[in-house]
Amino acid sequence: MNTTELIIKGILIVVLFGVTLLIAMYSTWAERKVAGFIQDRFGPNRAGPGGIFQPLADAGKMFFKEDFIPSQANKWLFILGPCLAILTALMSSAVIPFGESIRYEELLIPVQGIEINIGILYVFGVVSLGVYGLMVGGWASNNKFSLLGAIRAASQNISYEIGFGLSIIAILMMTGSLSIRAIVESQHGFAWNLFNQPLGFIIFLTCAFAECNRTPFDLPECETELVGGYHTEYSSMKLGFYLFAEYINMFVSSAIISSLYFGGYNYPGMDWVRETLTGSLGAATGHNLATLIGTIVLFGKIFFFIFFFMWVRWTLPRFRYDQLMNLGWKTFIPLSILNVVVTGFGLLFDIKYASWAIIIVMVIMVMVSSARAPKPVVQPQRT
Amino acid sequence: MQLTNRSKEVSNKQMTLAEKMYLPAIAQGLAITIKHFFAKKVTVPYPEVKRYLGPVFRGHHILKRDEEGRERCTACGLCAVACPAEAISMVAAERKKGEENLYREEKYAAVYEINMLRCIFCGLCEEACPKQAVYLRHDEFVPIFTERDEVIYGKDKLVEKMDARYIRNNPDAQATPTEPSYSRLSS
Repeated sequence: MNTTELIIKGILIVVLFGVTLLIAMYSTWAERKVAGFIQDRFGPNRAGPGGIFQPLADAGKMFFKEDFIPSQANKWLFILGPCLAILTALMSSAVIPFGESIRYEELLIPVQGIEINIGILYVFGVVSLGVYGLMVGGWASNNKFSLLGAIRAASQNISYEIGFGLSIIAILMMTGSLSIRAIVESQHGFAWNLFNQPLGFIIFLTCAFAECNRTPFDLPECETELVGGYHTEYSSMKLGFYLFAEYINMFVSSAIISSLYFGGYNYPGMDWVRETLTGSLGAATGHNLATLIGTIVLFGKIFFFIFFFMWVRWTLPRFRYDQLMNLGWKTFIPLSILNVVVTGFGLLFDIKYASWAIIIVMVIMVMVSSARAPKPVVQPQRT
Repeated sequence: MQLTNRSKEVSNKQMTLAEKMYLPAIAQGLAITIKHFFAKKVTVPYPEVKRYLGPVFRGHHILKRDEEGRERCTACGLCAVACPAEAISMVAAERKKGEENLYREEKYAAVYEINMLRCIFCGLCEEACPKQAVYLRHDEFVPIFTERDEVIYGKDKLVEKMDARYIRNNPDAQATPTEPSYSRLSS
């Protein structure tokens, strides 16, 4: 690795890091805007045009609030909690391929923090570590409600990690690689995994909601039952870090969903675009421009999923805790195992769209069960 | 006992598979919220957009003049009696010769004061007035005050200006200018 490559890589990593933070920052604004629009309001629109300085105002407020540590709390673990949460949230974006490659003279540098051949495994490891942030913080608060919230968070994350992992095994079987770049490259053009793995996508998406502690699975911060959840005792920027970590996690999940199922930086007609650009603008400029378009496409997909996260949050109420556990253990794990088996058969007999069979069977079962259900008796209204 | 016609009996029936899967219901819900996302917003962004509060809004008090510009008030004191907050006080005086173009009746209010800290804008003075002299404007708020000596409004602030007559049924009024500004205070 020579100096130019090192410099370009360094700039790239700093830019990706900054972009992650910036998107997480503006997700807080976007969340409130989306919430407002869905509820027929305007959302924040006082700070700057359209309220775009709202995150700065919020951050300023967070910094100037009293940083309170309860006297009975374990001081170091209390501080470690939010640090762990934000650290693990920031780490996972390192392996996501945000674009093809930058061409500088003869060098080809992939637009990615680091390319490792176990990419998705790394993401899973880091995401599992994220639970420690909540668990440590909740326990160290020395508050029963915080502890209950932390336990909920931990058990929920552990339960949903199984479905999460099993749902992508089908993809790993089809690609034959753990590297996210290899998975994205296998979906070249419009051969997105979504079309081969519809069930896996639904399971993965739902588990991603649960892993991010987002509604309808935000039971760790269920304020009707737990005061404030694992961050009850937190204030000032420590609370800010917990909330911020949630938004970074949301961004990373969106990026991973788009990379695994929606083709990452691939879009239909990308080869034609690349050829035309390299033909008309020269090898280096054309190549970089084509990469840039791919990156923009990926960010479009990511923003759609961030919007989807918010859209769902302001649509659905919370699940009950037993419903959450039933859904995780009794529905998603068997379904994802079934998906793995059916995909295996599909690979064995070379049927590409094998997992649609599960969807079709399920739709038929739904129709049969709806047809056989007793019709609701219309009660005559007394006047 | 049935209280409304909309009440539904709660049933504990077995859910069908479609209901157990949640997905159709979730899709329905998402469709509803996205419809609201693009719907017209009901919020009025207040300082920029001002709503018309209607002809019955009770705002700034005004002592009307008649068509020839003479003050209608005769200082009978009925408004002061009607006022539940005891905000109104006045001093009556007799009209002198040569003042016929200033005051309509032989008696007039030399001093007419409303304490705006006491006033509750109930409009009972307007109802009590036998001479249609005192009104509560529908198109103007009482401006904010920051000093206690600005609180008591005398005749200089209450009597109608001849160049800006007040009309209750003004068809031109589209919005109530509800912005009490500092500039109006200082002038």
